[in-house]
This record gives sequence, C-alpha cells and structure tokens, in this order.
Amino acid sequence: MADRQTIRDAAPAPPEAPALPRLIRPVEGRLVAGVAQGAAAQLRLDPVALRLAFVLLTVLDGIGAVAYAALWMFTSREPYEGREPSRDWSQVAAYGAIGLALMALGWLTGTSTGGIGAWPIAVGGIGSLILWQQADPDRRQRWMNSTVGQVRQNRVRTLAGLALVVVGAIGFLVVTDELGSARPGVMFTLVVVGGVALIAAPWLAALWKELQRERRERIRQEERAEFAAHVHDSVLHTLTLIQRNANDSREVMRLARSQERELRNWLYQPKQDADASVAAAVRRVAAEEEDAHGVPIEVVCVGDCPLTPELSAMMQAARQAMVNAAKYSESSVVSVYAEAEPEEVTVFIRDRGVGFDMGQVPEDRMGIRQSIIGRMERHGGSARVRTEPGEGTEVMLTMKLEKT
Amino acid sequence: MSAIRVLIVDDHRLFRSGVRAELGDSIEVIGEAEDVESAVRTIAELQPDVVLLDVHMPGGGGQEVLRRVLGPGSSVRFLALSVSDAAEDVIGVIRGGARGYVTKTISGRELTDAIRRVADGDAVFSPRLAGFVLDAFASSEAPPIDPELDSLTQREREVLRLIARGYAYKEIAKELFISVKTVETHVSSVLRKLQLSNRHELSRWATARRLV
Repeated sequence: MADRQTIRDAAPAPPEAPALPRLIRPVEGRLVAGVAQGAAAQLRLDPVALRLAFVLLTVLDGIGAVAYAALWMFTSREPYEGREPSRDWSQVAAYGAIGLALMALGWLTGTSTGGIGAWPIAVGGIGSLILWQQADPDRRQRWMNSTVGQVRQNRVRTLAGLALVVVGAIGFLVVTDELGSARPGVMFTLVVVGGVALIAAPWLAALWKELQRERRERIRQEERAEFAAHVHDSVLHTLTLIQRNANDSREVMRLARSQERELRNWLYQPKQDADASVAAAVRRVAAEEEDAHGVPIEVVCVGDCPLTPELSAMMQAARQAMVNAAKYSESSVVSVYAEAEPEEVTVFIRDRGVGFDMGQVPEDRMGIRQSIIGRMERHGGSARVRTEPGEGTEVMLTMKLEKT
Repeated sequence: MSAIRVLIVDDHRLFRSGVRAELGDSIEVIGEAEDVESAVRTIAELQPDVVLLDVHMPGGGGQEVLRRVLGPGSSVRFLALSVSDAAEDVIGVIRGGARGYVTKTISGRELTDAIRRVADGDAVFSPRLAGFVLDAFASSEAPPIDPELDSLTQREREVLRLIARGYAYKEIAKELFISVKTVETHVSSVLRKLQLSNRHELSRWATARRLV
C-alpha cells in the first residue's frame, strides 16, 4: 500500500508531527492491537475511556467489535525495532470481565436490544472514521478548523441548527405516523433535559462568569505589564538621566521636553506611519528638530492626507524652516501649524524671534532661497517668508494636491 | 480695577503652589481645592471670579465640578488647565462649560492674561484647542442640523487658524485689520457653537481620536 510507505517515512520524526497526525497503532502499551491507544492519542483522550467505549459498544450489538476490527484493518502499525513488548494480560482480562458483566446485565434486563436501527449508525460512524483516516493531514486540519469555526461563529446559528434538528425529528415522526407513540418518550426526554438544565444552569452561569472574570483579569494584567514596561523604559530612564545632568539646565530641559512629547504621543496620538501621512510626518520632523536644537516646537495639525513625493519635498522644506527658527531666531518656542484640505496642504512655521531683513539675505544663503523657496517651487508648490527685524519670522508653505 | 479673585483646583500640591507663585499682582488667589468635593464646597463658599480647573482629578475630574457648580444664576467662570492633549478631554470640559482651555506648560504671564480674559467673559483658546475645533468642524459629511450653530463662519475660521498658528489676539487683530474686541467676539462665538452645537460629529470625532 502506498499509504503505508508514506506513514513509515513520516513516523520516525514525532517532534515535527503535524497538528493532527494520522492514526497509527502503537506497539508499546497495547492490549490487543493498539487501536484504542492510537485513537486515544489522536483524540487526546485517555485510552482507558476509549477501551471502555469499545467494550460497551461491543455489548450493544457488537458495534464496538466491528469498529475495532475496521480500524485495525485500516490503520498501520507504528514502526518498532527490536523485540515487541508483551501485552499486559491482566488488563485484557479485566476489560473482558467488564464486557461480560455488561452483556449479562443487558441480557437480564433486555436493554441491549439496539435493534437493526443501530447498524446504520455503526456503518456511518465507521465510514467517516475511514474517511478521516485516509484524508491527508492538511485536509483533516481544514475540516477541524471549519467545524470549530462554524460552532464559534455565533449562537444564533447554533440555536437555528438545534431548532432545525428538532423540527426535522418531529416532522419525521409525523410523516411516519409515529408521533403519537413517540410523544410520551419525547415529553419525558424534554422534562429530563429541562430538569438537568435547571440543575446545571446556576453552575454553568457561575463557570461562565468566572471564565469571563479571569479573561478580563488577564487582559488587565497584560495591559498593566505593558504600561509598567513602557514607564520603566522611558520615564524612569529619563528621570535618572535628568538627575545625572542636573547641572546642565539646557540638557535637562531637552530631556524633559523629549520625554514629555514621547509620553504624550504614546497616550494621546493615534499610531500613525510617519512615512505615510502628512500629520505624522510633520510631528516627526518637529520632534527630530526639537531634539537636535533644544527649542520647543509646538505642533498643531488639522486634517490629514497620504504623503506624496511632492508633500515629502514639502516636509523637507518645513524641516529647513524649523531648523532656521530654532537655530537663528533666538525665539523660546516655535509654532508649527499644518492643515490638510481636500485641494491643498499648508504648513506654517512661526517664531517670535529676532527676525531679519529679506533684502539683506546674501544670495548664497542656501537655507531660505534653495532649501525652502526653491525646493517648494521645483515641486509645484510655493513658499512665502514674512519677517522683519524684531518681528519674528513666519514661513508659509503651500502645496496644491493633484485631483485624483 | 480690583484684583481678580481666583480659586485653584488641582490635585497636585506642587502645581498649586507653583501657579500661585507665578501669577501676577492683578490676580488674588483666594483658595485652593484638591478634589471634586472640596472644589464644589469651596466654590460655593468663596464665590471666586475665576476657577482654574484641572481636568483630571479624583472623584470625576473637572467635568464633574462643572456639572455640579454651573447652573442658572451661577456667575463663576472656569478656565481649564491640563497636561492632557486628548481631544475628548479638551472638547469635554469646553462643552461642560469652561470658557477656555490652556495647557500647564503655559507661562505665568500668559496664564495671567488668560485669567483676565476669562474674568471679562471672553474665551481663551490655545493653539491646540483651535486645531481641535477646526478639525471637528471641518469634517462635515452630514448636512448641519442647525446651520447657525453647526458651522463656522469664514471669519471665525480665519481667527482660529491664526490662533493655531501661534498668533496672540493682538497679532490676529493686526493681521485681519480688526479690533482686539472683534477677535474676542469671534472666539466667544466659536466657544458658544462648540458648547451648544448638537453636531453628533463633534462627539464622534472626539471618540474616534481616542480610540485609534
């Protein structure tokens, strides 16, 4: 059999076994042929439970024996080197005794007569077992996932399914004219199920609540841990640095300011990609220049839009304007205002520093003429500089957006 | 002109004493409170002209104080003071009835100015608050329910833009060739719209800012 070959190839590497491995019959610890043990490993159950199930099903019209035989035939044995370990015959005898006792009990009370109706179930069950066994691991995983997924999907679907089953069963009974005779049994079953539900409900509810509580608690603890880690990495670290640099007021100011900004962003700003959005890019540029020059740069952004190559050029011009303001204006604070509108993006960089006379700026001063005005014009935008000695400086950058 | 009587409400003792020391001579600090309960009690007792109100405090924060103090016949004016940049906090206290919002990094001189302005019945907008308001009123997907309340005039937008750009009221007046009084009128009008507008976008916008 081709299958057997692949199984033998795959078997010797248990650590890399797929999540749902093919059923094999282990040699070690087997009682008869290892079917129950193999199936138990597959289903992640105790083999004892499966052995008892096989015994019980054998007592009921022999389904267990048939299933066992079928599984024995369709599964392969685990490759085993050396002399095979002997079976624990005392256990085999114990299971046999249980089977015999059950059979005697069934015969005495007459309850074991599952009748011919039990056979389709046995055939169907064995058929699906064989299908399951022959399917490749990927497909099995898929079946499992889809089943679990469906159950989880929502309660409504589960309830609808239940209702359908009930309706179907009643319908079947009506069609076969057996509703009348089945009614007492159905009623009795309903009463029993209802009673069990009533008894179990408070316990189930408590269990559910407890589960929810634990889940919330775990989430809270994770959040707390993340928060603690963040505060430790950033705030505590900065406070230590501030104590060490207590004599350097400029450095203390810079540290405090950059920590404040970082914490603010973490607390209040949506996580944005500074390579993708104008508002985030402006904030990042301002933060970098603030750190580099030790002058607070206050940023206000209104609206946002994706960063295009033209807008990236605009960000470089804005950076140059911030550098100029921070380095030369002697202003204690720089204000940056960026507004993204549907048709255009505007950025204002303003300081209240010494200002200068535009006419007096030498032709070779690259900062304003080339890096700001020239760059904006090259990319289809415009820049205006308003300044007077003693009146501060404001650079206005405008970039029209391409209509898409 | 008699000194403006101010009550400082903040749960940080260091901050209260810091503000006390920074305020100019035209301001008289008549008391301090450190939580919602003591704030409500002290305001009723002392009837200050202006309350400097911290946004985050034990017992419900600044908004709770506003809710319990402001009502018909109340003449106390509030200036919110906070380290928070969260849009919901800012919009929240303004809609709760504060006449202005400044951050705690404000200088003593600017704070004195802001207190005087609030005492005169005007509104005080920091650049950030102006940015928030522009942002909130800009997203107008739905048609306004009350056009008078739910949208800003062109002039109001211009004034807010200049505030966001870091201009003082005097500089705005010069820029727009209007009087400082007119600037104050525009800002007060924006404040009124911010407080009274039923635009559901305002709250939705603030929530969105918090959630993402």
